[in-house]
Formats: sequence, C-alpha cells, structure tokens
Amino acid sequence: MDDTGTVVAFWLLAAMTIGAAVGVAAVRNLIHAVGLLIVTFAGLAGLYVTLSADFLAVVQVLIYIGAIAILIIFAIVLTPRGSRDNADGFMMFPALGLAGLVAAGMIYAAFDTEWAIADRDGFEETTSVIGDALLDKYVLPFEIASVLLLMAVLGAIILVRPEGPDEGSD
Amino acid sequence: MDQIDLEHYLAVGAILFAIGLYMSLAKRNFIGVLIGIEMMFNAANLTFLAFSRFVESSDPLSGHVFAIFVITVAAAEAAVALAIAVLVYRLRDTVNVDELDLLRG
Repeated sequence: MDDTGTVVAFWLLAAMTIGAAVGVAAVRNLIHAVGLLIVTFAGLAGLYVTLSADFLAVVQVLIYIGAIAILIIFAIVLTPRGSRDNADGFMMFPALGLAGLVAAGMIYAAFDTEWAIADRDGFEETTSVIGDALLDKYVLPFEIASVLLLMAVLGAIILVRPEGPDEGSD
Repeated sequence: MDQIDLEHYLAVGAILFAIGLYMSLAKRNFIGVLIGIEMMFNAANLTFLAFSRFVESSDPLSGHVFAIFVITVAAAEAAVALAIAVLVYRLRDTVNVDELDLLRG
C-alpha cells in the first residue's frame, strides 16, 4: 500500500467520513443529520475500496445508502411532531467523556499492539471467494441469517399494522 | 504519513465508533440513538475489513464474510427498531427517550 493514489485517497476518505460523522452528531435537524450520514456511508464505501473489498463496497452503497438511510428518513417523516430535533439530552457531557475515553483507548491499543502483518498485496477479486465461503464453510449462519431477515420483516409489518379488526381489509 | 497501515484504519474505526457511542448515549431523539448504533456497526465493519486485508491468516476473506453478517443483522435491527419508533410515536406522541420512562420503578 505504497502508491501515492491510495495514500491520498485514504486521507481524503478518512477526513470525509469522520467530518461527516461529527456533523451527524452536531447538526440540530435530523433530516440534515441523515444527509450527512449518507456522506459517512459513502466515505466508508470508498475506504472499503482502498482495502480492496470491492464486493463489500457495493453492498455498503446498496444496503446502507439505498436501504437503511431511506428507512431512517421514512421513520422521521412518519413521526412528525418534535421528532426533527437532534438535540443532546442531559447525558451529553458524561457521554462525551466516555466516547473520548473509548476512542483514546482503542487508538492506543491499535498503535501499541504488534500485529501479525501479512506481506501480501490487496485481493484480486473477492466476490466469488465470498460466495464460495458463504455456501460452504458458513452455510449454517447463512441460513440462520435468512430466517432472521424473514422474522425482522414480519415483525416490522406486524408492529406497525393498524389496530383493530378488519381495519384496512377492504 | 506516506504509508497507510492497519493502524490508520483502526484509528478511523475507533473514532467512528466513539461518535456512534456518543450519539447513542446522548441523543434525546430515538431515531438519533438508532443513527448512532448504525454508525457503530459501520465502525466494526471497517475494522473487520482492515484486519482481513492486513493480518496474516490462512483464510483472509473471513473478515468479509463476518462483515456481511454484520450488515444483515444491522438491516434487520434497523427495520424492527424503526417500526418500534413509529409505534411508540403513535402510542405516546413522542420519540424523546427521556420521556419514555414507563418501566421506571
């Protein structure tokens, strides 16, 4: 990972990701926060590309930007009154202290530990290898994930269904 | 500064995780809390992929498979949690987590 393009791309994408994430926590309007959240997700997709994780970068764009961000926007517009406010509660300063401690601790551990770094270049292409692994070594978690997604979809539908018998059946 | 190593990615992941943790603890709005949780999931995914890329392993793409499962669980969690947010708003007319204290003893 020595070529200049990758290094420049990493610093730009890292600045974009973290800057947008700080904005998500700082802006007062939740709709604007979701807009910045999309920038964060896009920056992360770029970082995945610099890690030669091509499949995960596409999945990131499809699932997080395409599905989860849109789902959050739907939840915001379905809860109209007072729900646009992104203000901090009474836990603001303890949370700030705890988050700072966590970040400092993890960064210290990351730079202090001697990682067993492998001497290899980025992956050529990951999609077929991931597909093989999902249907071979990880086939049981793969099947359980499908059940989990089915339960989540059914649960979400049942939760927000209108109350009372026969409502909306005609 | 002229070489990008594992530690740089881990630092980005740690900062992102801390921002998500701050949001999930400090935000007054239920949906703000959920945004923080999504951000923590993303930080974990970045860390998985960074380890997968850099660390010596006989099966280096396991991190990618783990990240796919994290994304799956995050999608399921988001769907159910946002349905709960809409339901709570319908019942209590608020999504402020400081006012949702029905279980307080």
